[in-house]
Amino acid sequence: MKLSTNFVKDYIDINVDLKTLAEDMTKAGNEYDSAENFINATNLVVGEVIECEMHPDSDHLHVCKVNIGTEILQIVCGAPNVRIGLKVIVALPGAVLPGEFKIKAGKIRGIESNGMLCSIAELGLDSKFLKPEDKEGIHELPNEAQVGEDPIKLMQMDDSVIDFELTANRGDLLSILGMAHEIGAIYDKKVKEIDLTYNETKEDINNNFKVEVNTENCSIFLAKRVENVAIKESPTFIRNRLMASGIRPINNVVDISNYVMLETGQPLHYYDADTLKGMLEIRMAQNGEKLITLDEIERNLSSEDIVISDGEKAIGLAGVMGGLDTEITENTKNIIIESAIFEPVKIRKTSKDILRSEASTRFEKGLDPNRTYMAIERSCNLLEKYADAKIVGGLVKYDTTNLNDTKIDITFEKINKVLGLKIEKEDILDVFRKLGFTYEVENETIHVSVPKRRIDITIPEDLIEEVGRIYGVDNIEGKLPELPLKQGSYNKILRKIRNKMIDLGLNETLSYILVNDREAQKYTADEFEIIPLLDPMTEERNTLRYSMIPSMVKIYEYNKARNQKDVSIFEIGKGFFKKGEEYGENTKLCALMTGERYLGLKGKKVDFYDIKGITEEILDYLGYNGRYSFVIKNQIPQEFHPYQTAEISVNNDIVGIVGKLHPGNVKEDVYVLEINLDKLLEKRTGNMKYKEISKFPSVKKDLAVIVDQDITSEEIAKQIKKSAGSLLIESKVFDIYTGTGIEENKKSIAYSLEFGTSDRTLTDEEINAILEKIIMNLEKQGANLRK
Amino acid sequence: MKEQIEAIRKNAIEEITNVKDAKELNDLKVKYLGKKGELTAVLRGMGAISPEERPIIGSLVNVVRDEIEKIIEEKEVAFKAIEMEEKLKKEKIDITLPSNKVKRGSKHPLSRIIEEVEDLFVSMGYDVVDGPELETDEYCFERLNLPKGHPARDMQDSFYVTPEYLLRTQTSAVQAHVMMENEEKTPIRVICPGKVYRRDDDATHSHQFAQVEGLVIDKDISLADLKGTLEVFMRKMLGENTQLRFRPSYFPFTEPSYEVDVTCFKCKRKRM
Repeated sequence: MKLSTNFVKDYIDINVDLKTLAEDMTKAGNEYDSAENFINATNLVVGEVIECEMHPDSDHLHVCKVNIGTEILQIVCGAPNVRIGLKVIVALPGAVLPGEFKIKAGKIRGIESNGMLCSIAELGLDSKFLKPEDKEGIHELPNEAQVGEDPIKLMQMDDSVIDFELTANRGDLLSILGMAHEIGAIYDKKVKEIDLTYNETKEDINNNFKVEVNTENCSIFLAKRVENVAIKESPTFIRNRLMASGIRPINNVVDISNYVMLETGQPLHYYDADTLKGMLEIRMAQNGEKLITLDEIERNLSSEDIVISDGEKAIGLAGVMGGLDTEITENTKNIIIESAIFEPVKIRKTSKDILRSEASTRFEKGLDPNRTYMAIERSCNLLEKYADAKIVGGLVKYDTTNLNDTKIDITFEKINKVLGLKIEKEDILDVFRKLGFTYEVENETIHVSVPKRRIDITIPEDLIEEVGRIYGVDNIEGKLPELPLKQGSYNKILRKIRNKMIDLGLNETLSYILVNDREAQKYTADEFEIIPLLDPMTEERNTLRYSMIPSMVKIYEYNKARNQKDVSIFEIGKGFFKKGEEYGENTKLCALMTGERYLGLKGKKVDFYDIKGITEEILDYLGYNGRYSFVIKNQIPQEFHPYQTAEISVNNDIVGIVGKLHPGNVKEDVYVLEINLDKLLEKRTGNMKYKEISKFPSVKKDLAVIVDQDITSEEIAKQIKKSAGSLLIESKVFDIYTGTGIEENKKSIAYSLEFGTSDRTLTDEEINAILEKIIMNLEKQGANLRK
Repeated sequence: MKEQIEAIRKNAIEEITNVKDAKELNDLKVKYLGKKGELTAVLRGMGAISPEERPIIGSLVNVVRDEIEKIIEEKEVAFKAIEMEEKLKKEKIDITLPSNKVKRGSKHPLSRIIEEVEDLFVSMGYDVVDGPELETDEYCFERLNLPKGHPARDMQDSFYVTPEYLLRTQTSAVQAHVMMENEEKTPIRVICPGKVYRRDDDATHSHQFAQVEGLVIDKDISLADLKGTLEVFMRKMLGENTQLRFRPSYFPFTEPSYEVDVTCFKCKRKRM
């Protein structure tokens, strides 16, 4: 809401500078975006052109002598309309025009020029307010202008504007009167009466005009008729105030409807009475009904839109915009004024679907029905004054509203208890008085009557807020709540996992959960439905991710594009899914590794076993030691390398995937890990066991076997373990060999076996017997001892 | 025989004193002290002397042996020291070469901040609670006094996936969960940090960002408690001298509502 200070001063006497007013309003909860003069230019003066000759070196520049009262300046001017005798706006050297445009004395094509003759556009007026002549040349001041006086004052543009960013509940401040009440409450000033006087003819509009309301979405509808209006340009103050408020002046009648809307907050609509058929009907539109609005666009309506009809067809979109057929034109003589209130939620929907206007913004926030009456009377007052209108007697009226004050009871104690202050009783009552609320005190209770203009105030807490706002909460002394001691809690496990991943050398990332719909289906063999957004901002981010891998791949690609080849990252985040009608989300751990893992001289290229190691570290750390395995149970998702990928099985249930991204899609060697933490963490963990190191020496033996390429090391390890029994402490793979000396499709795997027991030293015979048993059982499985 | 022993002693001392390296020294050790060494030979020849003289000669040999052993040992220590020094010299490295770092990863700055906030509030007895990010309209809006068609919904243009489900626009959605689940109506002290999503994206707004929500429900709780708590919070996060200002504002789910301005942590003055 752009507040013209000249405008509001019609209703409130204040004498504070602009910044103070803006800051005081902010303290009361009304933030502002900017507070500036309407015309933001300095060092301007009225001058008269007394000489005007062509510039010797130009075909369009003029060299002028301009009398500014105290002296005569030579100024070069390029405007085609500059001529002797013209009263002009002169920007003197030292002037600063909008856009930090500084005027200096200088030479233009060799001729001295001491200032500038200005157009209206150069004074910073928004281009939508410019008339054609404003764009073509310098501004022509009226002949009566006094040389040497302030042209801004002369043009009645010496106004200032505060652009407020109002909170959604303060619809009442979308009016000059509302602002006047607010400012009045802050500075303890009384709001002046609005002039609603006018003369009426003896006729009664009700004799030949009627209104039918056929929807519950219109609570009040008033209509009045005025005749014989003279359409012309509005008086300067109306034009300027509209512009300062951001509204383009059109003609006196249209301008008055906007002016009254600004004053009262009540949007109005003026119909050309001669295009109507003696009645207006308010009803819901039919689906598919058409209406051409004022802006000459054909609108397609639905049964959710409220329309005004002439009894046959829709002629206006209620609360949003009028229709083209019945609009005020230069030839309009007689007018029907509409002042009404429509259901905010419906207006909001229509304006969201069709268009938002100054009117709809106000209807959406709710209105005071008292203003509905006030606005129609104020219209008559101004139309009589500035459009020579004759006001027809009587008022067509449909009104289901309650015009009375809202009654709310509250105690002094409650106010102080909530605010944490000790405000004196009389100070509290003083706040209500300043706000223009009336009250009665009965013991400790205050019966407050809140005028309808403050429709935001409905419950006692609203009154507490008002007291806080106007009394000020700056002096609340902060204290800590006195509450029973207790230990707070947080999710320790996720933090442990995060710290562990960091300890393992991975960098934490924070990625977007929105991905592309195609990406959202990748990197998983799970069955689920993706969740697309109804109204995405971009195609790139139109769907919720299921797997976190697409997000991580994005980060990898971002790094790669910036020549960062070594990427080891992880994130704990959410993945989303739909199954049937159910929506769900899981907390997941995702990691991605590529390039070299360690810096320094000994960089090592990341491979599958690195990311497998990370996985094992995390699982061991969380207590799943001995309860997990790497398996291939399901179809490997096609984005993965089919032979370098495994599923992670914990307690025989798949909780995640680890593997290499398919080289067909990603050129570099990129490894990823994803674990569904919700699924993992509900699995039982083993108890942590402490084991003594044996006092007796253990014995190490190496064993190498040649097996088919397809045999996994785990299969052999299992057989070794089974054959060796309890005397085997550990078996470790220490070498894999293929090539010379080994048949094709075979490989040699070498194990280092450690034997021992806690109560004695094993004898060679014992160990050799075990080794023989292992070898015999392995050979049964088709393995050969490598000699 | 005495002369013989004296001659051995003299020769040995001379030779050992002039020895050049550890190998030569070892040879001399064998030559004089070995099983077939000169002193051993003397002892072997003791059969030829009288029983009276035997102990005298025997003890003389032992004295000489001890003396030779001692100087050999001294030489050995000296040679070992030289040997070690040479070995160490060969092992000299360039200590300015890059290290073999075991690189620790790093925590995301936002995680750090959130953990810091959590720790502070946990120390004040708050529970950290979490809620769904894919939330129902009911919990994100309706239960927070933002019915459909409410103008304040504009402030939080949202990502809906169905008319009923959306990505939560505010962690306040968790408030409603916490209150609904608190069936015994006991006092509540929670914070809810988390990701929120709004249909908004420009140079200064990301469609995904983080919020922390705080909720205290108890008897005798006032704005003064809120202000005191926020002061502790802001001073911990932004520095001890941070000043707070409450500015009346509007949120549909709180009454009265305030926005909090703090002095800038950098210039210490301007409003943030």
